[in-house]
Amino acid sequence: MNATAKNAAPSGEGKLAENVMHFGRVLRAAGMPVGPGTVIEAVRAVEAAGLNRREDLYWALHAVFVNRRDQRELFDQAFYIFWRNPKILEKMMSILLPSFGAKGEDLPETREANRRLADALFPGAGEAPQPAAGEDEIVFDAAFTYSDQEALRKTDFETMSAEELVEARRAIARMRLPIMNVRTRRYRPDTRGSRIDMRAAMRANLRTGGDVIPLRWRSPRQRHPPLVILCDISGSMSRYSRMFLLFMHAITSDRDRVHTFVFGTRLTNITRHLRHRDVDVALARVTEAVDDWSAGTRIGKCLRDFNTDWSRRVLGQGALVLFISDGLDRDEAHGLEFEIERLHKSCRRLVWLNPLLRYDRYQAKAAGAQSLIRHVDEARTIHNLESMSGLAATLAQEWQGPQKARPRDRMGAVA
Amino acid sequence: MGESKLSGAPNSIEGAQDLLRAGNYVADRALATTLFLALKLKRPLFLEGEAGVGKTEIANVLAATLGRSLIRLQCYEGLDAASAVYEWNYPAQMVEIRLAEAEGITDRAQLSGDIFSERFLIKRPLLRALEPDVAGPPILLIDELDRTDEPFEAYLLEVLADFQITIPEIGTVKAAEPPIVIVTSNRTREIHDALKRRCYYHWIGYPDAERELAILNLKMPGAGERLSREVVAFVQRLREEDLFKLPGIAETIDWAAALIQLDKMALDPESVNDTLGVLLKYQDDIAKIQGSEAARLLTEINVQLAAAE
Repeated sequence: MNATAKNAAPSGEGKLAENVMHFGRVLRAAGMPVGPGTVIEAVRAVEAAGLNRREDLYWALHAVFVNRRDQRELFDQAFYIFWRNPKILEKMMSILLPSFGAKGEDLPETREANRRLADALFPGAGEAPQPAAGEDEIVFDAAFTYSDQEALRKTDFETMSAEELVEARRAIARMRLPIMNVRTRRYRPDTRGSRIDMRAAMRANLRTGGDVIPLRWRSPRQRHPPLVILCDISGSMSRYSRMFLLFMHAITSDRDRVHTFVFGTRLTNITRHLRHRDVDVALARVTEAVDDWSAGTRIGKCLRDFNTDWSRRVLGQGALVLFISDGLDRDEAHGLEFEIERLHKSCRRLVWLNPLLRYDRYQAKAAGAQSLIRHVDEARTIHNLESMSGLAATLAQEWQGPQKARPRDRMGAVA
Repeated sequence: MGESKLSGAPNSIEGAQDLLRAGNYVADRALATTLFLALKLKRPLFLEGEAGVGKTEIANVLAATLGRSLIRLQCYEGLDAASAVYEWNYPAQMVEIRLAEAEGITDRAQLSGDIFSERFLIKRPLLRALEPDVAGPPILLIDELDRTDEPFEAYLLEVLADFQITIPEIGTVKAAEPPIVIVTSNRTREIHDALKRRCYYHWIGYPDAERELAILNLKMPGAGERLSREVVAFVQRLREEDLFKLPGIAETIDWAAALIQLDKMALDPESVNDTLGVLLKYQDDIAKIQGSEAARLLTEINVQLAAAE
């Protein structure tokens, strides 16, 4: 905070520590997770590496401050600006910190210095999005009768009135989506387990001190696989998009290992935004992050982006993929078949949720839909509350599709 | 005090670079700096990068050049304490109980002390790494951490923070001197920040042509000058292509080895096609490059190499 102390510090080392501290604060302001502990580590690292070469300083600081590859660019820019002239960034910082009242206008040239870092330092006019107004006006009718609910469950989202939509929102927020559990290789104690827990048995034996070893049992721990949702937000889906976002928010905030993506003309990962507990804030953040709302669809290209950039990172450990789209593709399904096939081959189970399936006479005629239907494990409709909860029922079951034969569990085998 | 035990540890960044060089590992200065810091300040080194860029190799090289033993923990989904930390030797314990019965020992405390003693402990990599070693603290390689799941990661956090492990029946085992820890990840999922914060992070990318050639010359001295140049140029060019899995350095070396076995002195379209499976590991990628595309790339790099000469 104290910029004047800087001039007073004569010793080189003291100055270094101070500069590293300021640098750390710049990085923190730019959104990198830098705590006081990290700064101390950084000072230590710089002292160890020595200051003979600028490059060494760079990599020493890099080793401590950067811990994700995508932070590298930001670090790089901050480094070159800061260590060229720490003063500039200090001034920028002072604008950022509430205790200094200065406005940004007096430093136009530093803003020019590097737009990206400046963007990171000045998050712009858009403050934390306010929860959408209007909600308070609606009084929730607790005496909503069963038949009303029943009717609501069957109403298509497309044809819902504003009031019904609000009600549907609440229903979705309450919705739970239990997905099937799969066996992991870990064990937990279980009195009805099928395997002997030798460790517990030995301990139990000591407790009784006797001649018999009382058997203790264990069974494999169960866990749900990662869930990945890819949701189409193009123009043809726009009436449903909002409901699906609510749906995705309900799922995402309910469990770990969920990854959510939306796509229209390009793919956006919105997992982080949906993690926010408050649904309105979460949706506002998503709206801000995504800039291809209700535009065209390029399913093939987006799937391709997903396959190359994300599939290896989020589809590990047998993920379950929900692919929400109507299969109408602007690119005339260019490259779609190839990509959906690859997606299908890299996950445990691929479920296509298609709101168009609600029409009995719907046939996958569009080229995109045809390729999709060939490569998904299951296609389901999703257009009203009932189909959403129906989805829960299917996902809760263990998938009985093509499965490799597993070696039979041996009775009492000690792992 | 630690100086004498840490004999051979480099005192400067150049030292770290030389150390790797002595083990036939060509590192750029960035990596050498991070490694030097990790060795000097005794923090784990976290290496991330695509498959086949030499992450695991660093641990092997360090073990060889520093003369330490290498303890490797290969991670996989569902890795648990019994296979990563320790396990009791149950059959031996049962025999011991039986013997005690035969001898008429009924003192429960004594029996308990006997069968839950170090004698019956099967040590797994993490525990072994904390034990004193005559050659100095060992090198603990935690390979492909991204393959395991979050609970194990959380456990590891505890071990890496204090270098100690608690065994309820015996007590706490603490390393007199922390091992040199190298964690690698292929980034098939993001490792939690809490763990990375305790390490020095470095992303190992694909090397540039010059460094790749140096690596190839070191690893495959049998390959002729011309072949090495062509192989490196071809692989470098291939990395600019839009492929699902780009070839790493390991693939370059394998490819050169394959070509040497085929007695090739230079690349020709036919041998490229025949050996493409060594470089590319996805059928779609192979199909894309094989045939005319490979021939085109080959003429391109030949022109390029001729111009450079």
